[in-house]
Amino acid sequence: MTTKTTPKATADAPAGRTLHIHPVSRIEGHAKITIRLDEQGQVADTQFHVTQVRGFEKFVEGRPYYEMPSITARICGICPVSHLLASSKACDSIMAVRIPPAAAKARELLHMAQFVQSHALSFFHLSAPDLLLGMDYDPAKRNVAGLLEEHPDALRDGIALRKFGQTLIERLGKERIHPSWTVPGGVNNPIDPSVRDKTLAELPGAMAIVGRTLAMWKKAVDGYPAEIESFSNFPTMYCGNVGPDGSLRLYDGNLRFVGPDGAIVADQVAAADYATYIAEATLPNSYLKAPYFRPVGFPGGIYRVGPLARLNVADRTGTPLADAELAEYRQRYGRIVQSGFHYHYARLIEALHGLERIGELLDDPEILGTKVRAHAGVNNNEGIGVIEAPRGTLIHHYKVDDNGAMTWANLIVATGHNNLAIGRGVEQVAKRFVNGSKIEEGALNRVSALVRAYDPCLSCSTHVLGQAAVVLQLEGPDGEILDEVGTV
Amino acid sequence: MVEKVKVRIDGEVIAATAGQTILEVARANSKYIPALCHMEGLSATGACRLCVVEVSGVAKLVPACTTPVAEGQSVVTSTPQIESYRKIALELLFAERNHVCAVCVSSGHCELQALAQEHGVTHVRYPYSCPRLPVDTTHPRYVLDHNRCILCGRCVRTCAEIEGAHVWEVAGRGIGSRLVSELQRPWGEATTCTSCGKCVQACPTGAMAEKGWAVEEMTKHKTVVSRLTSMREGS
Ligand code: SF4
Ligand code: SF4
Ligand code: FES
Repeated sequence: MTTKTTPKATADAPAGRTLHIHPVSRIEGHAKITIRLDEQGQVADTQFHVTQVRGFEKFVEGRPYYEMPSITARICGICPVSHLLASSKACDSIMAVRIPPAAAKARELLHMAQFVQSHALSFFHLSAPDLLLGMDYDPAKRNVAGLLEEHPDALRDGIALRKFGQTLIERLGKERIHPSWTVPGGVNNPIDPSVRDKTLAELPGAMAIVGRTLAMWKKAVDGYPAEIESFSNFPTMYCGNVGPDGSLRLYDGNLRFVGPDGAIVADQVAAADYATYIAEATLPNSYLKAPYFRPVGFPGGIYRVGPLARLNVADRTGTPLADAELAEYRQRYGRIVQSGFHYHYARLIEALHGLERIGELLDDPEILGTKVRAHAGVNNNEGIGVIEAPRGTLIHHYKVDDNGAMTWANLIVATGHNNLAIGRGVEQVAKRFVNGSKIEEGALNRVSALVRAYDPCLSCSTHVLGQAAVVLQLEGPDGEILDEVGTV
Repeated sequence: MVEKVKVRIDGEVIAATAGQTILEVARANSKYIPALCHMEGLSATGACRLCVVEVSGVAKLVPACTTPVAEGQSVVTSTPQIESYRKIALELLFAERNHVCAVCVSSGHCELQALAQEHGVTHVRYPYSCPRLPVDTTHPRYVLDHNRCILCGRCVRTCAEIEGAHVWEVAGRGIGSRLVSELQRPWGEATTCTSCGKCVQACPTGAMAEKGWAVEEMTKHKTVVSRLTSMREGS
């Protein structure tokens, strides 16, 4: 028999049942988490399944390739700039052009603005209710309203930091959400000096916010030993882009894979060779494919991407303040930081790096260069574009016919790379916090919080136009659904 | 000898020349009537029905672009009924094909989009037919996206009447009508196409565009095409 109950703070879960989390609030997308209990009421296993259908690849068939940046930017309202850039890079490679240096710098500037706003959104708007109010705080007030009561300064900082990034995106793209400024071959307009001047004037304020937030977080983070211990705290490989000197590269770099112990297993992998190292498995319960490190195989080749992974992969960030923070972070947790809980900490260090890069780029006279676009037709029938999106490595891979009509497309998004690790993390956290006889709201929230630590963006992972939510369900050993909890 | 006629447009008495259309006379006297399939320098076909007006003594609305003025005629360019007809005509154009302005090269410079905004088309009351339509990318410089074609025929007339190549034609009937190039050959293989690009400039929507432009980047220059006619007429 199947029973469904409405969301409630505490659910009594009889032995041998399954808990589905449905939806995980404060993340983008649509997914379902199932926790199955055994006869003793202990967590038997968990599943993290994404429930949307695919269709995006089919949809673009026959369209001119140069429309892809704007089309893919529309598949996600949360990180359009990342798709715009990865797609434009794939198009550059179809055109076989090396974009003008001023255009590359302009694109990186846009990318850094997106990093700052996206990391601010993740830390302050989505995770701060858990992190600053506490995992067991009254769920009715564990949200932005609660923050406003208890930590108004932090909330203000979050809003201001996000606005700094959004304003820069808006100034560059002339449109807030979906800038059409980045185009195949470069960008469609040089940067106006006033954009540089205004942004440089606002930069110190943004730096101060990130500085304050890091100082605050460094004091607070040790108050979460149980979360640090159980939020995907297991060895995996890591993947991210680095420069020729091994430093962090977010816009332009080559892929590096390191093992769980930090040993480099593949380095300077060009975008065009990604498929030699990354293969994708199809999972029975999810439309989201599960990429793995091909030389190791499935499922052993599980790796993580995103802030935590990037700081594990890179030797240094390459900017002074972020490097100092990185040194302290590594002093605290070691050269390889394994707990998924530290995505938050890593995200703040990256936000600082992003701001420093914005300063460096704007101080470079070439940023105002007027040669910003290369024009060309189809010179390659295949193009691959790779960038580090705020959430992790993003790969756009296109094939076109000689006329430039799309014949095939594959996108590997950050949440895809992290799919397996999120799934295993859910299991770990459920085993630590879900006790079969009685399920505390705090336990439910921790499962959601684990997923949020990865800052997944499920709407683009499933390539669905629009956005939806995530669900947590409780299931008996024979598969009956006993409880469905939404933490909307 | 030119015969003069007197007509009333929205109450104002206007002197016109016999043979002129209502639209021509209205425009020459700064009276606004929306038009879409009509383009200066081309013959008029009355395909889109956006220019409908009320004429005294005529029971139904008539297209201003194809109706000649007549002595004593009284024309009304806008009434609630006319506006609702125009709005319906626009909505049907959107319902017929796949217009996703957010990813369209012409967004921001599109005559259909502009007219829809002007007429307050915030949603479409008819079911979208969502046809699966191809994009012809075979021409080296231009692209034709049937998803955005409104069958206004401006490209057809531009190519036939101005360039003299007559590459384009509308084939099929009703909802199955499609723009075709040279006996259904792909545009890139049309032997009569001179690649002059005038059809692209004449197209009011994102259906025809130059290759390589990203979203919102395709601006058209239809006056360049219109001017050719007036220059040839040596006026
Ligand atoms: S052709 Fe015009 S109406 Fe159609 S999608 Fe493009 S901008 Fe929108
Ligand atoms: S391609 Fe353009 S000009 Fe030609 S019929 Fe279609 S909408 Fe009109
Ligand atoms: S403009 Fe008159 S019918 Fe189209």
